[in-house]
Amino acid sequence: MDFSNFLLMGQEIGLIVVFLILFSYDIIGSEKSKDRWFHWVACIEFAILTVWGFLPKPAGEAFGGMFVSSDLTVLMKNILNIATLIVFLQSYSWLNKENSLRRSEFFTITLVTLLGMYLMISAGNLMMLYIGMETASLPMACLAAFNKYKEKSAEAGVKYVLISALSSGIMLFGLSFLYGAMGSFYFSDLSVQVSGEPLTILGFVFFLGGLGFKLSLVPFHLWTADVYEGAPTSVTAYLSVVSKGAAAFALIFVLYKVFGGIEIVWQHILWWLSVITITLGNLFAIRQTNIKRFFAFSSISQAGYILLGIIAGNAQGMEATVYYVFVYLFSNLAAFGVISAVEHASGGKTSIAAYNGLYGTNPKLALLMTFAVFSLGGIPPFAGFFSKFLIFMAAGSAGMYVLLFIALLNTVISLYYYLLIVKAMFIKKGEIDAVKHFSSDVYNQISMLICLLGIFATGILWGVFSKLYF
Amino acid sequence: MEYSLFILIAPFFLFLVLGLLGMKMKPKVAGIIGTIGMGLCAICAYTVAYQYFFQTGRVGEEWQQFIPVNFEWLRFTENLHIDLGILLDPISVMMLVVITTVSLMVHIYSLGYMHGETGFQRYYALLSLFSFSMLGLVVATNIFQMYIFWELVGVSSYSLIGFYYTKPSAVSASKKAFIVTRFADLGFLIGILILSYYTKTFDFGTLTANHAELVTTSFAGGTFMGLSLATLALTLIFMGGAGKSAMFPLHIWLPDAMEGPTPVSALIHAATMVVAGVFLVARLFPVYFFAAPDVLTLIAYIGTFTALFAAVIAITQTDIKRVLAFSTISQIAYMMVALGVSDYGGHDGLGYMASMFHLFTHAFFKALLFLGAGSVIHAVHSNEMSQMGNLHKYMPITNWTFLIACLAIAGIPPFSGFFSKDEILAAAFHHHQVIFWTLWIVAGLTAFYMFRLYFRIFWNGKRDYNEHHKPHESPLAMALPLIILAVFSVFTGFIPFSDFISSDFMPFHTHIDWTVAGMSIVVALIGISGAFALYAKNSKQPAQIAQSLGGLYKAALHKFYLDEVWMWFTQTVIFRYICMPIAWFDRHIIDSAMNGLAWTTQKSADSVKGLQSGQVQFYAWVFVVGSILIAVLVLFF
Repeated sequence: MDFSNFLLMGQEIGLIVVFLILFSYDIIGSEKSKDRWFHWVACIEFAILTVWGFLPKPAGEAFGGMFVSSDLTVLMKNILNIATLIVFLQSYSWLNKENSLRRSEFFTITLVTLLGMYLMISAGNLMMLYIGMETASLPMACLAAFNKYKEKSAEAGVKYVLISALSSGIMLFGLSFLYGAMGSFYFSDLSVQVSGEPLTILGFVFFLGGLGFKLSLVPFHLWTADVYEGAPTSVTAYLSVVSKGAAAFALIFVLYKVFGGIEIVWQHILWWLSVITITLGNLFAIRQTNIKRFFAFSSISQAGYILLGIIAGNAQGMEATVYYVFVYLFSNLAAFGVISAVEHASGGKTSIAAYNGLYGTNPKLALLMTFAVFSLGGIPPFAGFFSKFLIFMAAGSAGMYVLLFIALLNTVISLYYYLLIVKAMFIKKGEIDAVKHFSSDVYNQISMLICLLGIFATGILWGVFSKLYF
Repeated sequence: MEYSLFILIAPFFLFLVLGLLGMKMKPKVAGIIGTIGMGLCAICAYTVAYQYFFQTGRVGEEWQQFIPVNFEWLRFTENLHIDLGILLDPISVMMLVVITTVSLMVHIYSLGYMHGETGFQRYYALLSLFSFSMLGLVVATNIFQMYIFWELVGVSSYSLIGFYYTKPSAVSASKKAFIVTRFADLGFLIGILILSYYTKTFDFGTLTANHAELVTTSFAGGTFMGLSLATLALTLIFMGGAGKSAMFPLHIWLPDAMEGPTPVSALIHAATMVVAGVFLVARLFPVYFFAAPDVLTLIAYIGTFTALFAAVIAITQTDIKRVLAFSTISQIAYMMVALGVSDYGGHDGLGYMASMFHLFTHAFFKALLFLGAGSVIHAVHSNEMSQMGNLHKYMPITNWTFLIACLAIAGIPPFSGFFSKDEILAAAFHHHQVIFWTLWIVAGLTAFYMFRLYFRIFWNGKRDYNEHHKPHESPLAMALPLIILAVFSVFTGFIPFSDFISSDFMPFHTHIDWTVAGMSIVVALIGISGAFALYAKNSKQPAQIAQSLGGLYKAALHKFYLDEVWMWFTQTVIFRYICMPIAWFDRHIIDSAMNGLAWTTQKSADSVKGLQSGQVQFYAWVFVVGSILIAVLVLFF
């Protein structure tokens, strides 16, 4: 047997090694040592994996085209790694104070979902993509229901698993149409054969529903708010950044590599999807009083912006999308770092009202949150401005000026609700039981520092980014 | 020469360290860190200068332009990208030397002068930021990079002028400086946009190559309201330079900027930032000369007028820093005139060389004058001449160094100012008689007001200092920079500048034109003796002369009421006829449109709220129906 194929799977194998080490440690290690070291070991190990990911990797196809590795897939996996590392860092207080017995499960399950996402990105075959998606989705339901004795968390888990099953069903349905129309699942075959015949288009639309679920595009988004609210905050962060990012990357490959021949069709669909996704996401976000639900809708509208980059259908769009996810990672996770810090310090408060007067008590957290929402809203000099600018440029390069205008208008609306958070923190007076001054754990502090750096550096240095990778 | 990047990185890093961690350090530690960092930066700049001027810079006869570092920072499209880099050519290397030297001197001097001030760490952090911005400005490879650093310079100048932010006058001075220069920079930005729109580049090298061929061809025939577009663009760019370099009528911010700490005035408002405008014109000189020669003529006239105007005001001022401020305006105008009267190439480019020469020498003696003034202020705790006098007894070092600087600026050989000023006068002499004679008179006035200042500080005047509070010589940290700068002021004039700097990068030979030099020495001596006669001893004569001049004296004392004119212009014309209608439009049309948008958004948010029912079967229904709907829409429409 030729083992050289496995060389291409370096990152996957590395991930599995990390998984196995943590798993074995969980079984062998004593409770006392785990209390002390487990989180540390997990973060260090994963950090090593993340750094190692940036070393040069071979590119090519393995297993007869089932698995593809290229510089771009490596970059995408690295982006997911960074985000996952930040989530791991942020989960310290939650895991060690409330769930110390099941601490390791969080890591192992998360790593499995990450493996699924790796496969989604590297898939060279629609079946492979599907398997990757399933690997990423099913354990995710466990994560959402991680605080299983809390009603909301259990509800989130059930809702996620139901909708995810439905979406897989519809996706498989679409896949069967595609197979029926073209007789193959390989990207290379499909890209040659794809045509505008109704069966293909029908298959494509149902297939898109599956990815739309992961990206939480309207109308496949309704689960988002409930799950985000109910799931533990670290899981919500993971869902909103890593899971979404992976789906966006997979969507890029599928659209560009497989369905490049029917670009006009999918551009048309994405046009409408992105308009309603951005708009509805914004409209719902305005009304929210719970910060996790708020960020759920904010992330829905962000997904709409991601589509804006993909829709261009050219190299510029691809670069813009990857960069957008990269920047979004730091901005959103910075916000979630603050959310989990505040939640932990206040004994589980997640209402926006809990943030009233935060600047008075915890100025650093309030400032970081402000930078995060400014970056999400696209205000210079934060990175979000540059990434929004790039995706708008990409959409402009495809000549979609109406879409561009609607998206710009929505940016204004999004600023309004992002500023509501800022207003709560800076202007509103805190109540009597408001959050007192506190300092969060070292892990979370490191995570927030990384995010802060990311919010500034990734924007100013996008020239470097695009030079290195595109 | 990639290591030249260190010259930029060092002060920026210092700024971050002192700005973020400064408050955790003892003030003295912060000051010493800043000074040592700046010292390293200066050493690096000297090494670059040595290597450039004596080893690699000249190939054959011609000076080369090197770009050791260039990095594409923001890439918008194929044509539109903003680079950051380092451009080394004779003028930028010369500026590196000037900036790092003066900055280092000011860093050392401030250890003594600012001792015990609150915000000492912030002061050093801002000095580092300023040095970084100014160095970035002079090595800019393209006009956009220059613009970025230009604004950074403006910001750091703003925060340093307003350093004593508890003093209302300092706050309003910093605001004034910022607003006036920003107003001028608006012109600069528009100019850049027009220029790059037609030429499709920001790059200095491309713009100036082959006698600015690109600019002349790409602008060919373009006119706007009867003006050639090239003229318009370059005038607007000059407007930015005029703002920073305090040319009439945009000079009004500079005298007020003296509210900042005195070492800051020496660094920013005498030696470096204010010559940025001169540097800008010099950098784009081929473009000006070949694409818009009429703008150069305009520059020459504005410069001439400013030089005379500022010199006349300087005679009447009694605040010693203000005298120096107006003297700075007048001297910068000298440099501008030199550029304006210059031709291109070889000996014809004498004006260009003279301008850079004067910039170089002026930086040292004017910094020396300011630091000397600072030393005096430190001793007597006042800016007013009437509180000074007879200080030569108490402050020998300050006295001697100040005298050297005065001789240099008055143009007495063999001090440095004589050589550079002589070249400017010679260039003007061959170009235009009116300009020459005006400059000649200004030279006399300069000698007169500088020695009026000198005599009133160090000789005549108040003698009865409070016994407990006798003025004393400044500490070593302050005296040392004075001595070093005095040495520079004496010897820099002997540098054969035309070997290094010329408009077309080809060295040429100059010799002193003794007709012109003789005339300038004569007028300087007349000025000095006038000052000696009137001010060396305490007498009533100056007051009598002022009396007899009446209105003219009063007008000059009030800076010809230009502040008032600008105030009237902004308050009545701009505020009432431009701002108020815009404000009305904003409040009624824009705001109601925005409110309408907000109202619609809120209402629609209310109406869609029901969609999020929380029931998972409904979610699934929407999922399925949505998919089918999309399929139907795509297939049948």
